[in-house]
Amino acid sequence: MTPAISAAGLTRRYRDQLALDQVTLDLQPGSITGLLGRNGAGKTTLMRIVAGHEFASAGTVTVLGASPAENETVLRQMIFIREDQSYPDFKVRYAVQAASLFYPNWSHELAGALIEEFNLPLNRRIRKLSRGMRSALGIVIGLAARAEVTLFDEPYAGLDPVARELFYDRLLADYAEHPRTVLLSTHLIDEAAGLFERVVVIDRGRIVLNMAADDLRGAATSISGPAIAVAEFTGGRSVWDRRRIASQESAVVAGALDETDRARAAALHLRLEPLTLQQVVVRAAGASMASPAEKNAERTSA
Amino acid sequence: MRDMAGLDEGAPLFVQIAERLADEIADGGLVEGEQVPSTNELAAYYRINPATAAKGIAMLTEDGLLEKRRGIGMFVAAGARTRLLAERRKRFAERYVEPLVAEASRLGIDANELVSLIRDASHGQGGTTI
Repeated sequence: MTPAISAAGLTRRYRDQLALDQVTLDLQPGSITGLLGRNGAGKTTLMRIVAGHEFASAGTVTVLGASPAENETVLRQMIFIREDQSYPDFKVRYAVQAASLFYPNWSHELAGALIEEFNLPLNRRIRKLSRGMRSALGIVIGLAARAEVTLFDEPYAGLDPVARELFYDRLLADYAEHPRTVLLSTHLIDEAAGLFERVVVIDRGRIVLNMAADDLRGAATSISGPAIAVAEFTGGRSVWDRRRIASQESAVVAGALDETDRARAAALHLRLEPLTLQQVVVRAAGASMASPAEKNAERTSA
Repeated sequence: MRDMAGLDEGAPLFVQIAERLADEIADGGLVEGEQVPSTNELAAYYRINPATAAKGIAMLTEDGLLEKRRGIGMFVAAGARTRLLAERRKRFAERYVEPLVAEASRLGIDANELVSLIRDASHGQGGTTI
């Protein structure tokens, strides 16, 4: 199957800074992928290049099998909604109308329903909208376009938690009926985790993790209890993190635990707590160059 | 974290979906021959990716607990409940009795005392089998 998005050796240099460093990535059609990473990690640069808004210094990118740059066939099947998306200064109504004319799969029905749910004032000028309302407009257009490739880059600046929930629910519901390829970048990992089939973590311009989301849940376990027992249990294992207070110690070990491990931990009176998707991602993205976490992430993503 | 109807983020979601459905079959909430919710219904209820829900259903299908009827959907297979209960009986000692005995010995509760505690608890629940 032709990947919906395919990047090979993608590199982007800004003067003295390397924003993307040899990014290679294939996203299969019909999946929701979370693009995660710290500020300045390269998420937006990657999405801008995929969307054809920017050129790579080296490497190639194809969307639906073709280069996206100035390719109208591809551009009509791809939508890119950015954080703080800017619009020409006209009324909300016209922005929606313009998008409906450009995107061949546009759903008037979905647009109408979303406009109502987000309480978007159709006759207000976009310049007069609050930040949250402008984000809501982006979400309405991004979902109603039903574009085969849908890119959302932190689409919810200024949106309150209720509106964000609405966004996740409507995205999931419409995606279930009309599968497409969604790439969503976010810092709100815990909130959005259930949406993702895959997770790609980018750090300093490089991909450090690219895995099925469900393979990350419980992929590491926090072990705590008497320091002597923790040391005994963690001996010979890959330990990501270790903290100690008085006679107690807490350590994070990589790899899933089996029944034997659990029985042994119970016998040693240790507490086990599997790490959540967010906790695993934070460790992968925050790890220093030489830390076991990153090495582990690279190994598993290969 | 978002409310995912009690799913937790520390274990693969598809496994938890499969466990929930298996629990329902074991409890008789879903009876043999009954249609189980579709992938999209599960995805909407748990607020998860439909592919994740589909993987949970596939896991139960591979185990022979669910069966596909072409063009209609997934149904609870004949004998699914009996098989689930038999498997759970087999794992009962390891999952419940062993940790119970371990904690009892840690607290200095001997076997006789433990048996009488279990008997009391069973009476409390209206049980008559012990």
